[in-house]
Amino acid sequence: MLVELKVNGFPYRREVAPDTTLLTYLREVLELTGTKWGCLTGDCGACTVLVDGEPVVSCLQLACQVSGHEVTTVEGLDTAGELNDLQAHFVSNGASQCGFCTPGMLMSAEALLRNNPDPSEAEVREALSGNLCRCTGYNKIVDAVLETAKARAMAVSAVPDLSGSSSSVGS
Amino acid sequence: MSETLLAEFQVIGQRLSKLDAPQKVTGRTVYADDMHIPGLLVGAILRSPHPHARIRSIDTTEAERLPGVAAVIHAGNVTQRRFGYGQDNIPLKTDKVRCIGDEVAAVAAVDDETAKRALELIKVDYEVLPGVFDPFEALSETAPVIHDERVDITGNISMRWDFDHGDVEAAAAEAAVIVEGDYSAPQAAPAPIETHVVIASFDPNGHLTVWSPVHMVFMYRKALADCLGLDWRRITIIQPPVGGSFGGKIDIEAHDFITVMLAQKAGRPVKLAMTREEEFIGARTRQPIHFHMRTGADAEGNLLFRDAEVVSDNGAYNAWGSHAMLVAMNTITSMYRVPNSRIRCAVVYTNKNYGGSVRGFGNPQATFAVEQQMEELADALGMDPMDLRLRNANQTGDITPQGLEITSCGLSECLEIVRRQSRWDERRGKMRQRNRGLGAAAYIHVGGGARIYGSDGCGAMIKIDDSGQVTLITGASEIGQGSETVLAMIVAEEMGVPVSAVAVINSNTDIKPWDVGVHASRTTFVAGNAARMAAKIARDRLLETASAVLGAPADQLRIRDGIVEVIGEPGRSMDYARIVRRRLLHEEGSVVMATAFYDPPTHNQDKEYVGNISASYGFGAHVAEVEVDPETGMVKLLNLWTAHDVGRALNPMTVEGQIEGGTAMGVGLALSEEIVFVDGRVAAPNFHDYGMPTAVDVPRIEVNLVETIDELGPYGAKGIGEGGIIPPPAAIANAIADATGIRPRAYPMRPWKVKHWIDTNERSYVIVSTDRSEKRESN
Repeated sequence: MLVELKVNGFPYRREVAPDTTLLTYLREVLELTGTKWGCLTGDCGACTVLVDGEPVVSCLQLACQVSGHEVTTVEGLDTAGELNDLQAHFVSNGASQCGFCTPGMLMSAEALLRNNPDPSEAEVREALSGNLCRCTGYNKIVDAVLETAKARAMAVSAVPDLSGSSSSVGS
Repeated sequence: MSETLLAEFQVIGQRLSKLDAPQKVTGRTVYADDMHIPGLLVGAILRSPHPHARIRSIDTTEAERLPGVAAVIHAGNVTQRRFGYGQDNIPLKTDKVRCIGDEVAAVAAVDDETAKRALELIKVDYEVLPGVFDPFEALSETAPVIHDERVDITGNISMRWDFDHGDVEAAAAEAAVIVEGDYSAPQAAPAPIETHVVIASFDPNGHLTVWSPVHMVFMYRKALADCLGLDWRRITIIQPPVGGSFGGKIDIEAHDFITVMLAQKAGRPVKLAMTREEEFIGARTRQPIHFHMRTGADAEGNLLFRDAEVVSDNGAYNAWGSHAMLVAMNTITSMYRVPNSRIRCAVVYTNKNYGGSVRGFGNPQATFAVEQQMEELADALGMDPMDLRLRNANQTGDITPQGLEITSCGLSECLEIVRRQSRWDERRGKMRQRNRGLGAAAYIHVGGGARIYGSDGCGAMIKIDDSGQVTLITGASEIGQGSETVLAMIVAEEMGVPVSAVAVINSNTDIKPWDVGVHASRTTFVAGNAARMAAKIARDRLLETASAVLGAPADQLRIRDGIVEVIGEPGRSMDYARIVRRRLLHEEGSVVMATAFYDPPTHNQDKEYVGNISASYGFGAHVAEVEVDPETGMVKLLNLWTAHDVGRALNPMTVEGQIEGGTAMGVGLALSEEIVFVDGRVAAPNFHDYGMPTAVDVPRIEVNLVETIDELGPYGAKGIGEGGIIPPPAAIANAIADATGIRPRAYPMRPWKVKHWIDTNERSYVIVSTDRSEKRESN
């Protein structure tokens, strides 16, 4: 059947079997291998992508069910070779070792920050609890996400506030 | 680190991001399963559903007829030899299966679906045999014999590890206090997120290339050749980036041979990717070990002896797990100064998935027993456990009963740091009313290689081309731990060039020099020394040329930030790349190249298990704080303070990464991770039930780096890849004991177990010499 997806801003139309998962559509049909798999049962989170901005484990999602929707994968985070701030904080914090969980971890973290720009540490841990990492012990990942949130808040507050209300640096 | 020490170095000691991190955060790293090879077939394995059975017949006719199937193999139509220690294993099982998951047949087909369908069409006629799943039952004379073909052994005892030093019985007679008890470690999984993925391809000349995320590539190549009767000079092993291993991808396993045999039979490249379920039932695990241990001390708290009866549950075959006692033995004999020790260990076959080499390799298991007994002993003596540890701590200059030469030792300092940070003296033993407790554990582990083969060496080659790019070709593998980064830093430091000018090549056996492989926390120490030696030679060659170009003696030149300068005369300088070109680009020119091979000055253990196997030993100490719910047995880990003697932190960020990651794995062992078997079947071969810790389960881990500047380590560094995982099960058990008064006997310390110990009032078993009457005593 025909599945049409907008992936990282680009439209794709591909004929696939009805039982094709979103993971298989991305990795094998579109050859976007940045998205990983670790279990195919939705337990490890390595295959997490965003569908219309919400995190989804793509191994349990049929491609046909999200036809017509927008998908963001790890390949859609950086622009023209420039890392986005979350990716950059992962690099500078040592939040990626073997790197296999990293794409899924980044997508869960990105979804969190879009929905909750100022998360507490507990909220970050909760949001990442569906993504297993065996290398880092998680603390450097949590730090990377918290630093990104802080940097984004600073960037927002740095924009001149014309309404006259007080700024919210560091909030 | 003091400022003067920092000033000594240009690169060493910096918190440098991993060089491969940008690739990894953009999804551009191409792991084995991401590779595309023209004509690639999919391989799949038919595994035994029975823990113990005779194979009467295999019928593959229907599978072979299925359109899209390129090869069907089984023991009857391939050439294969036995492999494994004691040659007790074979890739495709012949007459018998010995555990669920045993490989019986395999197919290569055009796609996944066809391969799975073909497996369903293979008919195997089994005669089911009684199995034995408990290692103690396997010791009984009436137990089914699992390897009846092995005439070199008796019953199910695959091997023994027996050690004697001094006179344990005489020491026991002298002891003021003896503690005695049972301590069990479960079967656990390395559980990297990437499963095993292997690609094998023969070219038309018969040359075999295997892409495999293995990290003992030269051993792997030899094992492939030996088992399959191939010419090992015509095998190339390429290691794609590894999606985690933790030991799980060290060793060659049956599926590796099978993938090659499928490619041979099909005449096309074959990829075999194991599922997560196969990882739990058909890939190697951490060896379960059961200890009955006694430790004795005199009235002042001087350790007198340690005595251990050990049963190691081997599973169906001898993989590396059968040798976990190699390391467990070091801990029993050499953790703290113990003048007399005795070990009686049987490694016993059972009809279960078998043990491999997992991070820490026997040490978390042994430390669980040894370090609980330290606190039990302290309590029985009325001493503080930290004082008992400090009194008996290993010190620089010690030679242990197994001949381990302790050339640098930060153990006491590590203990003092975690004691202070956890406010141990004010709080230990004083929080039971709030159901809280503190517990400690320390460790000893190899930190300067581990000589288990003829060589413990690693080769390194350096070349500098006309651009000034410095290429390090190293035998050592990158498995996510950051070896590429630290080796590039060492070369940059030694040569005075920026890290960005250094490229590291490390993944192809046709190119890279020999190395044992990544194991035993050895890479920074051994590969680091090799890279440093090669870099020194390359630098000296560069300076020879610079000496002629700049008109100054070589010993008055130095290279900093890529500039060769005459010391004290900043004007007389030149970019090092120009020096390279001056040397190269003319008649009779030459290129700068250097090679080195570093093999640590160590010895294989003799038949009595005595020998200094490592050039350096790492130490560390953890304190855990827990809160136990006495109603449910639920243990909440509140805090973890850790201190590790790392020699020198070459890159503190990646060192922390190793310690934090290892410690989190140790927390998983302590509280949740276990492969549960029911009659030989893995009850839940999936991540959902396995119990790997998530971001909400791992607390903040306080990491302290103690720098003892080891004499032989590169810039003083020691290995730290495994240290973190060792103490948590013991430290957390001790914290539970402090919080509740009960004595944990096994990990993982899941709620129902803790609740059971509370309900049955499980206590320390202490023998006090004054009245010699055995008594149970609360702690």
